[in-house]
Amino acid sequence: MQNFSGVGVSPGRIIGQIRQMPKPLIEPADGELRADSTTLDQAASALRLAAAAVEADLTTRALAAHGEAREVLEATAQMAVDPMLHDAAVDVLSQGRSAERAIWEAGASVAQMLVNLGGYLAERATDVLDVRARIVAELRGVAAPGVPESATPFILVADDLAPADTATLDPAKVLALLTAGGGPQSHTAIIARALGLPAVVAAAGVDELPGGTLIYLDGASGAITVDLGPDEIAAADAWARANATLAVFDGDGRTADGHRIPLLANVGGSADALAAAGAGAQGVGLLRTEFCFLGRDTEPTVAEQIAAYRGVLDAFPGKKVVVRTLDAGADKPLPFVTDATEPNPALGVRGYRIVGTSRGVLERQLSAIAAAAADSTADVWVMAPMISTAEEAGQFAALAAAAGLKTPGVMVEVPSAALTAEAILSHVEFVSLGTNDLTQYAMAADRQLGPLSGLNTPWQPAVLQLVRLTVAGAQAEGRGKSVGKPVGVCGEAAADPALAVVLVGLGVASLSMTARALAAVAAVLSSVTLAEARALAQLALAAPSADDARAAVRARLPLLDELGL
Amino acid sequence: MSGLHDMTAVSVERLVTINREQGLHARPALELVNAVKASGLSVTIASPGMPAVNAGSLLAVMSQGFVQGAEVLLSATGEGSDAVLERAAEILSVSD
Repeated sequence: MQNFSGVGVSPGRIIGQIRQMPKPLIEPADGELRADSTTLDQAASALRLAAAAVEADLTTRALAAHGEAREVLEATAQMAVDPMLHDAAVDVLSQGRSAERAIWEAGASVAQMLVNLGGYLAERATDVLDVRARIVAELRGVAAPGVPESATPFILVADDLAPADTATLDPAKVLALLTAGGGPQSHTAIIARALGLPAVVAAAGVDELPGGTLIYLDGASGAITVDLGPDEIAAADAWARANATLAVFDGDGRTADGHRIPLLANVGGSADALAAAGAGAQGVGLLRTEFCFLGRDTEPTVAEQIAAYRGVLDAFPGKKVVVRTLDAGADKPLPFVTDATEPNPALGVRGYRIVGTSRGVLERQLSAIAAAAADSTADVWVMAPMISTAEEAGQFAALAAAAGLKTPGVMVEVPSAALTAEAILSHVEFVSLGTNDLTQYAMAADRQLGPLSGLNTPWQPAVLQLVRLTVAGAQAEGRGKSVGKPVGVCGEAAADPALAVVLVGLGVASLSMTARALAAVAAVLSSVTLAEARALAQLALAAPSADDARAAVRARLPLLDELGL
Repeated sequence: MSGLHDMTAVSVERLVTINREQGLHARPALELVNAVKASGLSVTIASPGMPAVNAGSLLAVMSQGFVQGAEVLLSATGEGSDAVLERAAEILSVSD
């Protein structure tokens, strides 16, 4: 059998059997009729048998589950054979429709009824739709939709994975993720990094591999090997051993010569913050405050916000916590601040820019952050997203000061901010590079688009130049002063161990990343001296392309390959 | 019970106050439905004066939105009605 290659998006070398994610279920056509030879009774009976099979399957799964998961599965099993659902389906059958179409429409009407009842019942509507899909799959004789069941851990293979698929993904059962489609910024890639699962995306053809095939997957290089040999077995063994050491970060980020680089965590709520503190994070470099705004139609009260922020600050007593003010708009619209009719949301009223259109939202948030900080021993810094000019930085600093916050800063994610860093830093105490948006805006390439993934990498020489210019601006601003103002990074770039070394070599003072990446970044950073990191940064800056920059740096960091990173 | 009773469909009713903290959501509704299905009898549940729904349908029971403190009328028909209503009343009235 042939081998495959894709884009490695989450490191790890693993051997395992694959299970294919079933293809998404296609809706039975509206008005689909059953064969003339099938009577109403026969169709109703086929439907009952299919429903009973689904009930039996869900009951078996319920018996293997515990707690709340078990209750949900038991209730879902009951829904499969529910008389209300069945009677509604028989009504549709009596109009001559096929059994598939009948259960489809019955499920839709019951789900709509639950949605209309609201509250807890509305949440159960998705269970009815899940049951409906399972019954249709059973009637058609195809695999039920959703992550496949297996007694043993497996490598999940799909065309691409949607948030609804990964929500039910059990990290104890899934060894790695492999998709035929998607790109480095796809949902699959993001969820894999968050769960710490090795993953390869954009590996064309893997969705045709038969279930049960034993494969070797390298989440760093993107290689997929079907014909396993001793080399693959040795590599997977070595990874398993290295992974044990990579799971631990001692909480002291440094280069080989002892130059301290605090390694912080990006978090989006108190549960995240506790996990990050447990992983040794030296503080929070990016608190995404959207967590207490998302899914709401109205602005949360100041009291609600104080409680939410306090949950995060409490996880880091005595440590630095950088709170980013609301970054709504573009891919994170909020009904009370976002104008949904904007023709170009990424270039629209987002981030700090809401200050001019949504009166008081930012001021109330800053007062909530200040109140939470006053009750905490955490060293609270605050920063604004989507700053384009020094004037905006000055306005934000004034708002922060008015709220009683003493360490204001801004994010550098618009190229204009990188180019005017010196002027910006004359108003604020620090800047933090958001490399995801900085790359998107520097390269004029939408982060979400798979076909533009080649442009959308922070290894692009133009992006590295913007990092260099930001640091140069900070140095110019600090000339003649005893201590310069720090430039940090809080984008995905900081979680790539090779790029982390380059960023440190460019003069970045701290790195903030998903907590899963802390140990790997710390291990690689501690293998180079500051002088070596600077040399690697020059190598990357001088490279003619993003791929050349990455290859040149990786070639000088042999530890990456030893660790399977 | 002799075979004679099978010939006459006896209908039994019982008024019960729901004592479950979550009302008839989730767990308690599932317990009720399981008890009704195990009996094989036709059992209905209703707010007094309102149309009755099938107590063997989880979706029907849940969609009524019965809350803690609500009074409900249970009805069953057939041999063993008393026993199934006794069991149902127990499920609804036990306090969490």
